[in-house]
Amino acid sequence: MHTLYRLTATESKLFLREPPAVFFALAFPPLLLVILGLVPAFREPSADLAGLRNIDLYAPIVITMAIATLSLSSLPQLFATYREKGILRRMATTPVRPAMLLGGQLAMCVWMSVAALVAVLAVGRLAFDIALPGNVPAYALAYLLSLLSMLTLGLLVASLAPSGRGAGAIGTLLFFIMLFLAGLWLPRAGMPDWLLRISDFSPLGAGVQSLSDAAAGHWPQLLHVAVMLGWTLVAGGLAARYFRWE
Amino acid sequence: MAIIEVNGLVKRYGGQTVVDDVSFAVEPGEIFGVLGPNGAGKTTTVECVVGLRRPDGGSIRVSGIDPQHDTGELKQRLGAQLQESDLPDKIKVREAMELYSSFYRAPADWRRLLAVLGLTDKTETQFRRLSGGQKQRLSIALALVGTPEVAVLDELTTGLDPQARRDTWELIEDIRATGVTILLVTHFMEEAERLCDRIAVIDAGRLVAVDTPAGLVSTVDDTQRIRFRPSAPLDEAVLTALPEVSGVERAGRQLVVTGTGNLLHAVTSVLARKQIVAADLRVEQTTLDDAFVALTGRKIDN
Repeated sequence: MHTLYRLTATESKLFLREPPAVFFALAFPPLLLVILGLVPAFREPSADLAGLRNIDLYAPIVITMAIATLSLSSLPQLFATYREKGILRRMATTPVRPAMLLGGQLAMCVWMSVAALVAVLAVGRLAFDIALPGNVPAYALAYLLSLLSMLTLGLLVASLAPSGRGAGAIGTLLFFIMLFLAGLWLPRAGMPDWLLRISDFSPLGAGVQSLSDAAAGHWPQLLHVAVMLGWTLVAGGLAARYFRWE
Repeated sequence: MAIIEVNGLVKRYGGQTVVDDVSFAVEPGEIFGVLGPNGAGKTTTVECVVGLRRPDGGSIRVSGIDPQHDTGELKQRLGAQLQESDLPDKIKVREAMELYSSFYRAPADWRRLLAVLGLTDKTETQFRRLSGGQKQRLSIALALVGTPEVAVLDELTTGLDPQARRDTWELIEDIRATGVTILLVTHFMEEAERLCDRIAVIDAGRLVAVDTPAGLVSTVDDTQRIRFRPSAPLDEAVLTALPEVSGVERAGRQLVVTGTGNLLHAVTSVLARKQIVAADLRVEQTTLDDAFVALTGRKIDN
């Protein structure tokens, strides 16, 4: 426990010492919500959206963007750089186990991601009167599953990427694909059926829908829970399988 | 009973055998050197000892534990400072020490360790702001923070200036004085000669010799050479008559006397009897460098 605490604390401090990473992971998501909210049309209830506003639709999308930034940008680059620089090689000579090391990095990402979540929810509530989640346990479940499925995907990228730069490139590519399917450019409500279907089976597509459902007071659909669990198990298993110290 | 036993170690990369039938045993409390040119297989050998590489043949035991079947016990007892292993740029010295302390069952008092290594005033400094020598000392501190029985130090002083290198050597001797067995990988002759109780010489993946530095030198040659300028003309026959002397040459105004045993004493006694002063007297002995050339057929640094 002490080791995991130390690893998490050290990683968190190191993360907070990188201003660009902190900006994109923690400050940019609430900022983006503010920018979207400044567009008057986004604040008008729409008949197409059953009386919801566009800004309501975007709150969960911005939240998943924060998840994607940490999972697909921060985490794989951090990990691949650690491997490249021999930071993992040094740790491999100590009694610390890979699972512990991964646990520390994941814990740091979870904690940073929750900070971004709180910031987005607070800004949304205070600035644009976006309702807080109607079903809190369902919301927590949806959030946790989205986060886990994305973090394990990030770890898989870290395990497979040949270098820090490679991890950055693969992570960025996946970042845009995942956010496209989450509806950042075209919200799910406006997606054609075939695209919606693909989105349903992506971690953040399932994540956004589950968060929206929970925000409206419902429980996530079984399909989406299964999709996120599936990604977590498959990506996590493969990441552990392909883990390398060097 | 040896604390490190390496028997018939073989390691191949691709089709190439980089370590070929290497065997040695390190006794508790020794500073044991692994000496050889770059690319000789030294690092691969110690990586197998540490458990980072899986040997293709032979056996290794450290404190009786096979590194390949270690459940974490070996890494509690062995500290390593390897090449190409680094720390995050922005980690502070204190944070690194606290983090690594948390990995071990019985960590040392890291503040004392930093004091011994002269890093106390760098406690709050980020890793990237340390000098090369300070980074190396921190590296040693991290290798020792688990209070290991064995410390593996790979090319410890490469890239250090001469003063930092000498300071590091003193430090290693201090560490050994606390009872830690040290496996030291180096390609510096001077370092091996100065620090090591015994040395394994490795060349092109093969073990060439294992002996004390003095032993290595003497197996090669115990010829000594004395150069001096006699203050008065001297009949060479007086010197060649000595049993210790094997040859006398003239080099300008200098005489070069070669021989074995207590050569210096024999020559100076004769000169004193003849009332001749030996000016610019120099004694040249076989060095570990010469021994290395004789053992491997080439100089270590090229």
